[in-house]
Amino acid sequence: MILTIAAKELRALFNTPLAWIVLAVVQVILAWMFLVRLDGYIELQPQLGQYPNSPGVTEFIVAPVFGSATVILLMIVPLLAMRLIAEERRNQTLTFLVSAPVSAAHIVLGKFLGLLVFLLVVSGLMAAMSVALVAGGKLDWGLLVVNLVGFVLLTGAFAAVGLYLSSLTSNPVVAAVATLASLLILWIVNMGASDPASLLHLISLMKHYENFAKGVIHTGDVAFFLMLIALFLWLAARRLDRDRLST
Amino acid sequence: MREVSLTLARGEVLGLLGPNGAGKTTTMQMITGNLAPSAGEIRVCGIDLLDHPIQAKARIGYLPETPPLYRDLTVDEYLRLAARLHRVPKARLADAVIRARRRCGLSDMAQRVIGTLSKGYQQRVGLAQAIVHDPDLVVLDEPTVGLDPNQIREIRTLIRELATDHAVILSTHILPEVESVCDRVQILHQGEVVYTDTIAALKQFRGGHALTVAFRRAPDPDTLRAVPGVSGVEALSTHRFRLLHEPGADPAETVVKASVAQDWGLIELSPVETTLEEVFVHLTQNDEPVGTP
Repeated sequence: MILTIAAKELRALFNTPLAWIVLAVVQVILAWMFLVRLDGYIELQPQLGQYPNSPGVTEFIVAPVFGSATVILLMIVPLLAMRLIAEERRNQTLTFLVSAPVSAAHIVLGKFLGLLVFLLVVSGLMAAMSVALVAGGKLDWGLLVVNLVGFVLLTGAFAAVGLYLSSLTSNPVVAAVATLASLLILWIVNMGASDPASLLHLISLMKHYENFAKGVIHTGDVAFFLMLIALFLWLAARRLDRDRLST
Repeated sequence: MREVSLTLARGEVLGLLGPNGAGKTTTMQMITGNLAPSAGEIRVCGIDLLDHPIQAKARIGYLPETPPLYRDLTVDEYLRLAARLHRVPKARLADAVIRARRRCGLSDMAQRVIGTLSKGYQQRVGLAQAIVHDPDLVVLDEPTVGLDPNQIREIRTLIRELATDHAVILSTHILPEVESVCDRVQILHQGEVVYTDTIAALKQFRGGHALTVAFRRAPDPDTLRAVPGVSGVEALSTHRFRLLHEPGADPAETVVKASVAQDWGLIELSPVETTLEEVFVHLTQNDEPVGTP
């Protein structure tokens, strides 16, 4: 059931030009950044070579490109997630899913999974671009994989927040704006906090992503993202269930 | 909604009638699990909808007021999705889609994108979606709204056909539709059932019966009231009257005799049949609910 709903979401996504435009635009922007970093690396390479522990091609190109990608996705995931439930509500197609023998959890998980698959496509394209570096040098595979894991976890968290906010309203634009605002706040919330143990660091998305960018998988960070995703999916399922209790 | 109770057997069509805002749609949303009642119980084939929603919903097909169509999908894609969501086994999936398509007259539309279909065809796709998994109970919320007379006739035929092996609940405010399609009717008013009976019994409802008569040389109403069997007279014009009488005591014969004897010149005599419309107006315009007969 979850897979059926996920497949339906994916089809709905690729039936609209939005998904293709997003894929194309993200790819163009990232390819541009990738080229700029590559150019910089080639320029600096003779000097870097003199130091024993100089940053390699992965550290110099791949990690920053993934870093920029997170900011782009921060703006784009709200656009993809906004329609998940809000649009079905507005077109009154949500009844179709609610009357079918599926639970609210199935609906929410299916929709999340559909969007996640799309995000995996984006990550896959980025990974392919990075792997192309193998042609000209040695790639730090570990760092690339850790970056990918962090990227998927982070964008998954974006998607979960977007899905929840989409379940609150019947207006996709409201959902998109609310998601973008919440994600931005969660992104920069730790900026003013100087105390490293502060609660603001604990809930900051950027803080938790930083370790992945450095190539470190920290159980705490993984748990943070997984819990964030689970929390918002649970809230969304609860919200759908509550629709039945009041009109 | 207060104290609404519906029961329905397979092969029966129940018409749910009521003015706008009477609670028809709310009732249907409860039956299909879109709304949870604050008290009470809903059973589909003996399965409690509130305790086991998934098993119960698998036996229901629902066409809401606005057909829940994904406009970007083709008819076939959409029906396949509906069948899959309603747990039609993979092996029977293709058959189920073809069958639903054929029953709703959509055979030539398989590859058309739903958004490009006319309203009538979209309504049929909505109907096909509700029956693709061969449910025991089909719930249709105003299925003929916005269709042209031919399409309405086709949909009604289809509903009658469905009723041979499904139970159908139908809501509408088109009264002739109920008379032509339903076996039983329930009239809702302000969230309460104010009338429930079979269509046949409906025609007997409203206590007294009446005759419409017209005379060329009409007597005065008091003379008419004196005719044996007549219990009341309403003057419709100077020479037409409505004669009320007790059920079973039809005064037609005595009226004719009196007319011949006194040379009134009888030119019209016809029984007044209670229409559903009269019952409907009678029940839903009264402020106090009227009990069933």
